[in-house]
Amino acid sequence: MTDTDYRAAFLEELTRVAPDIDPSTVGDDDHIQDDLELDSMDVLNLVTALHERFGIDIPEPDYPEISTPSRAAAYLARRSG
Amino acid sequence: MPSLGADMEAGKLVEWLVEPGDAVKRGDIVAVVETQKGAIEIEIFEEGTVHELVADLGQTLPVGAPLAVVLKEGEAPPEAPEPGEAPEPAAESAEAAPEPAKASAPEPTEAAPSGPAPAPRAVAASPAARVRAHELGIDLSTIRGTGPGGVIVMGDLEGQGRPAKKPAGPAEAAPTEKPASPMEEMRKAIAAAMTRAKQTIPHFYLSETIDVHPATEFLADLNADRPPTERVLLGALFVRATAKAAAKVKTMNGHHTDGAFHPSEAVNPGVAVALRGGGLVAPALMDALSLDLDETMAAMRDLVTRARAGRLRGSEMTQGTITVSSLGETGAEAMTGVIFPPQVALVGIGAPHERAWVVDGQVVPRSVVTLTMSADHRVSDGRQVARFIAEFETLIQAPESL
Repeated sequence: MTDTDYRAAFLEELTRVAPDIDPSTVGDDDHIQDDLELDSMDVLNLVTALHERFGIDIPEPDYPEISTPSRAAAYLARRSG
Repeated sequence: MPSLGADMEAGKLVEWLVEPGDAVKRGDIVAVVETQKGAIEIEIFEEGTVHELVADLGQTLPVGAPLAVVLKEGEAPPEAPEPGEAPEPAAESAEAAPEPAKASAPEPTEAAPSGPAPAPRAVAASPAARVRAHELGIDLSTIRGTGPGGVIVMGDLEGQGRPAKKPAGPAEAAPTEKPASPMEEMRKAIAAAMTRAKQTIPHFYLSETIDVHPATEFLADLNADRPPTERVLLGALFVRATAKAAAKVKTMNGHHTDGAFHPSEAVNPGVAVALRGGGLVAPALMDALSLDLDETMAAMRDLVTRARAGRLRGSEMTQGTITVSSLGETGAEAMTGVIFPPQVALVGIGAPHERAWVVDGQVVPRSVVTLTMSADHRVSDGRQVARFIAEFETLIQAPESL
């Protein structure tokens, strides 16, 4: 999987947690809490979804690593690879 | 049609989950009703057998109108009601989902003013219509009610008290006006409830900034080895601390109705959930004292998920006994909230901020939150609120006790 694939997968899970977000409007550096208005429960649900999809553990100290689509894509590629 | 909030006038029946012949027991979900706050699952508070579904799908019914007839064991079916005829409010057998606890007449009457005057007859009006009539300076006794049993509802006030406006039901608004979107409807519902709160509840506020370092350390340890599905958020600790503190300081927990405070034995903290795109609901976490921390977290997750999906239950909309409104992990440091009637207190918790803090004589960086308690002066004074805050602080600083 390329970074682009990871980004797409991340956006897919993101919009599943927050169905009102239009993935085509999400910028690479949009912050999931500050810009996309996810709350802590949404973030936990997103982490859960990524955990289940990729089978990787995302400990709490790593949450900042998935705070934007570009950071998340890089993180997921690194952790899954 | 149960009242699912102080300002609810009517609801639209969108789904039946039972049919005639089904056995039902207390707590069963029997129908889904569309309200300003989204679709709400209606529970029944009686046990028996569904005899007849009176209301049709798609029908909008005023609060108090019967939805179905349920017969208790051995009870004979009633004579068929005249179609369209308003039923006697204090009907004998169980209507689907009456107002829980106070089983008497369906909703409307705020009862006769208990003044000395031998009032010929109390005017029955829905709470929202009553408030509106007051705003417009209308004498309710001059209005003919069209609600069940002649109760005055909002629609009856149309064209009253103001210069000529053609009487029209809410359903037939001027064609040029766009129908209100669900978001606008929710905004209206919030406005009505909050206006009523500020008009009727003498709010007062006490604040305290609390060190949550022990709580965040506790959670970091707890969550380190857990998969995401089992992790606990700081918000769950806040709800636990609120429930336990409310159990001790009883003047914070209950309802103010009919001119008096009714403390509640159970603590059902309403958890304010911001809906994405705007709007807010505060469904109750039922009987929070019976849940441990993990169960509290699981219940909150479920509540938030259902709030977002629009599948809350009627009891969750009406039986909250105190509200917790937490701004989450990022955002402003303090919030002074509006009490959700008929409750008498709201715990507003700002987002944690890193601050220089004095611990054991040393200045150290600490994560702190500012708790602001909104309380009802008809029920409590500063002393009780201070006691609640002290309890909360003690609990949140010993998170393993939660």
